[in-house]
Amino acid sequence: MSLDKEFKEIPGTIIFDAEQSRKGYWLNQFCMSLMKAENRERFKANERAYLDEWKMTEDQKQAVMARDLNAMMALGGNIYFLSKIGATDGKSFQQMAGSMTGMSEEAYRDMMINGGRSIEGNRRIGEHGDAQRTNKDK
Amino acid sequence: MARITASVYSSHIPAVGAAFDLGKTHEPYWQKVFSGYDFSKQWEKEQKPDVIFLVYNDHATAFSLSMIPTFAIMTGPEFQPADEGYGRRPVPPVIGHPELASHIASEVIQKDFDLTIVNEIDVDHGLTVPMTCMFGKVDAWPCKVIPFAVNVVQHPVPSGARCFALGQAIRAAIESYPEDINVQVWGTGGMSHQLQGPRAGLINRDWDNEFLDRLIDDPEGLSKMPNIDYVREAGSEGIELVMWLIARGAMADTRGGPKPKVAHRFYHVPASNTAVGHLILENA
Repeated sequence: MSLDKEFKEIPGTIIFDAEQSRKGYWLNQFCMSLMKAENRERFKANERAYLDEWKMTEDQKQAVMARDLNAMMALGGNIYFLSKIGATDGKSFQQMAGSMTGMSEEAYRDMMINGGRSIEGNRRIGEHGDAQRTNKDK
Repeated sequence: MARITASVYSSHIPAVGAAFDLGKTHEPYWQKVFSGYDFSKQWEKEQKPDVIFLVYNDHATAFSLSMIPTFAIMTGPEFQPADEGYGRRPVPPVIGHPELASHIASEVIQKDFDLTIVNEIDVDHGLTVPMTCMFGKVDAWPCKVIPFAVNVVQHPVPSGARCFALGQAIRAAIESYPEDINVQVWGTGGMSHQLQGPRAGLINRDWDNEFLDRLIDDPEGLSKMPNIDYVREAGSEGIELVMWLIARGAMADTRGGPKPKVAHRFYHVPASNTAVGHLILENA
């Protein structure tokens, strides 16, 4: 039984399912390697050379080097794995999450302090909430 | 015989652990979060549990994509706090209860819940942050802990109904353990939050509070809510809340006993990207 198609109808959201997991397998496993300090050092010293040790697609490598989290997600990345790149860069989870919204770090932090992003208009693709922006990219 | 005296529910936000470890608990932003646990720390001193059965999820820490167990029970004697990329948290090791954990595994597997058994694993913020919230700064945790991990990372994740039924089986298993010990069952994660994509930052205060209401009064009805509703209404990472139904299923009223007493309820937005929810239910 495949996953309910309603999961694909949530705006601004990529569901990490078996298909994404297969697509992103080596991207995510590369991220896991950054849990070791010596790997973080090697990655930082020469990102391209380190990425070339992994069976990742060129698109995935480019997305990592550009630190484009939305692109990494679309290419099979999962946020808990991708967060290891953020940790390597010294970024907090709030900075990482905010970077995917198109908002400035300050605007995102203020939105959270003021109660977070509203669910209104953001339940289904085609509504008029503020998370509908990149549906065409999905 | 072993007794389940209470269930505890709590978010397990990593930034809360970091704020505690860096001594920021009195900063206004964090004070509002930690104040929700003042009651709980005192309550735990009075309750003196012997064992906590602690339901959490691993966040790409010990389980990568190489292994994704849906339900995993930890039957080992000791578990270290994991290095999640920022260094290990300065918290004590978790001391397990291999005898009770093995007993629970044996009982529930024979009731058709096919658990994975894990003996060696480092535990991440999903487990250590609620421990910090409930016990504060300690040299050693005051009780033993049986970690129990649920896959809520790769879909499909288990349904609320399956989690609720598993909680009921865990309760029966604990109550058939011959030693007279005080056991708490904890469910962690949530509440509404989304950490990815243009919808990141989603918070749904009304939905969260209705979830708390129904968890208290109508857990069986709540357990029938499909997973899509959690993801749509509470955010892609809000799906963690299915784990709360394991703890709720372990309470006495799910098998004809009296309704639990609400000892404590707390809700606050935000901690980092997340709505903080916390509840303590006592068996009568």
